[in-house]
Amino acid sequence: MSAAPGASPDTTPGSTPGASRGATPSPPRNGVTRAEYCVIACAEAWRGDGEILASPMGPIPSIGARLARRTFSPDLLLTDGEALLVGPDGSPEGWLPYRQHLALVTGGRRHVMMGASQLDRFGNQNISCVGDWERPARQLLGVRGGPVNTLNNPVSYWVPRHSTRVFVEKVDMIGGVGYDSAAAAGPAATRFHRIPRVVSNLGVFDFATEDHSMRLASLHPGVTVEEVVAATGFELTVPADVPYTREPSPAELASIREDLDPKGLRDREVKG
Amino acid sequence: MGDKTMTADEAVSRLESGTTLGIGGWGSRRKPMALVRALLRSTITDLTVVSYGGPDVGMLAAAGRIRKLVAPFATLDSIPLEPHFRAARESGSLELMEIDEAMFMWGLRAAANRLPFLPVRAGIGSDVMRVNPGLRTVTSPYEDESTGVRETFVAMPALRLDAALVHVNRADRAGNGQYLGPDPYFDDLFCEAARTAYVSCERIVDTAELTKAAPPQTLLIKRLNVNGVVEAPGGAHFTSCVPDHDRDESFQRLYASMPWPEFAERFLAGDEQAYRTAVEAWHEEQS
Repeated sequence: MSAAPGASPDTTPGSTPGASRGATPSPPRNGVTRAEYCVIACAEAWRGDGEILASPMGPIPSIGARLARRTFSPDLLLTDGEALLVGPDGSPEGWLPYRQHLALVTGGRRHVMMGASQLDRFGNQNISCVGDWERPARQLLGVRGGPVNTLNNPVSYWVPRHSTRVFVEKVDMIGGVGYDSAAAAGPAATRFHRIPRVVSNLGVFDFATEDHSMRLASLHPGVTVEEVVAATGFELTVPADVPYTREPSPAELASIREDLDPKGLRDREVKG
Repeated sequence: MGDKTMTADEAVSRLESGTTLGIGGWGSRRKPMALVRALLRSTITDLTVVSYGGPDVGMLAAAGRIRKLVAPFATLDSIPLEPHFRAARESGSLELMEIDEAMFMWGLRAAANRLPFLPVRAGIGSDVMRVNPGLRTVTSPYEDESTGVRETFVAMPALRLDAALVHVNRADRAGNGQYLGPDPYFDDLFCEAARTAYVSCERIVDTAELTKAAPPQTLLIKRLNVNGVVEAPGGAHFTSCVPDHDRDESFQRLYASMPWPEFAERFLAGDEQAYRTAVEAWHEEQS
């Protein structure tokens, strides 16, 4: 059952009209795993993006990007994770070394899905360090490309383990710029700033609220609103009717299982 | 065309403590590790290291040689977090200028172009500005055609380097350097941004040899930017240097898990040949 996207104004593209807030019985999952709903939710991030570079980070976003390219977003460009642009079968169609990748970011023709060690209400993201920056309790990667990405091309986020440790009131070090920080920094920051969606193992989130704070856009089947709220460390906007993340079509499911991820990397990233 | 060949130790002997040193490669890819190992054998310290950080940063930090690091990250790629960089940050022993990947590139470009800064649409709105209070902004002298706004950008200061160390696949004796892998990283830019540059390579070949099997656009580094050429087969070990060799993943895992003093004693106590012998012996033990 593949629902038509955007069925009503309240429905997020790529979601199935669901049940209302409260004790929501989960719909049947027809053997579809949580990881597979995550793949669908990630793939949907690139729907309608046209001829741009899809930059997924992590196994499930990568499977999602390739699924989008094979199905509803055939014009997407994909990388091999190194310096090559590749087709769905992995054969090269272009060269994209780091220096050109950075120029492509500032040109804006890219939609990246990054990870987040911390993410707050307005979409500020941290992969740099936990604790005080001067002397962190836990040093992580560093800001990497977060600052340039978020000011120049759409940036979505992927969180495989949704918890109050990740979804925090305020991130310790802003690498990826959120809506409030961009607004405070002025037009050079807001001009091309956009965070289309956040996908976690529990659901899909966007910033389609008046103040651009995070909103629950869809629940993955099998997840309740209460579960999401309990795992989120800030006040989340929860609409009266929360749709479910849409079902994969039989063809999509076969593609994920047989072609894109026959070894089941997705199940190692998200269980259940 | 002068012969610039020298040993790794000779290259390092031209550096001084307190120097600002750019190190090429990216993460755990094509790092000039033989030159880094030579640095570790020297007494040079108090370095300002400018790097897309990998085990070069980790080792120099573990050995206490870095006063200040300029970097957007430090990673071992297949092992996301660089353990010695982490330890140095968590113990507070490292001064860090943490900037974004693109800001870093623009800083090198500014230096290479003899500009004091370049405007970048990156950094503002993020905590890069908070943790680098010295970063300034610049407002465009032009109104944007579509918005009518004069936008304000970060004025990324030039990252001027006293010296650069890079590792490539081939070079001639004059310092023309060739990469044969898929990505040049920013090694030419490091050399252009530096007063002096030392290029190690898997193999030194005759100039004519460079373009016999590979197209001219693989000639990444020009000799006018190079002061020394070091032949160092396996000189990027344990990082990757494709197509000559992939990353030595099992050895990298050892590096990431072994306490630094033990690692240094077993593998870094002698010269480069001793290092290779010790690595071979370790691999034999594993098989």
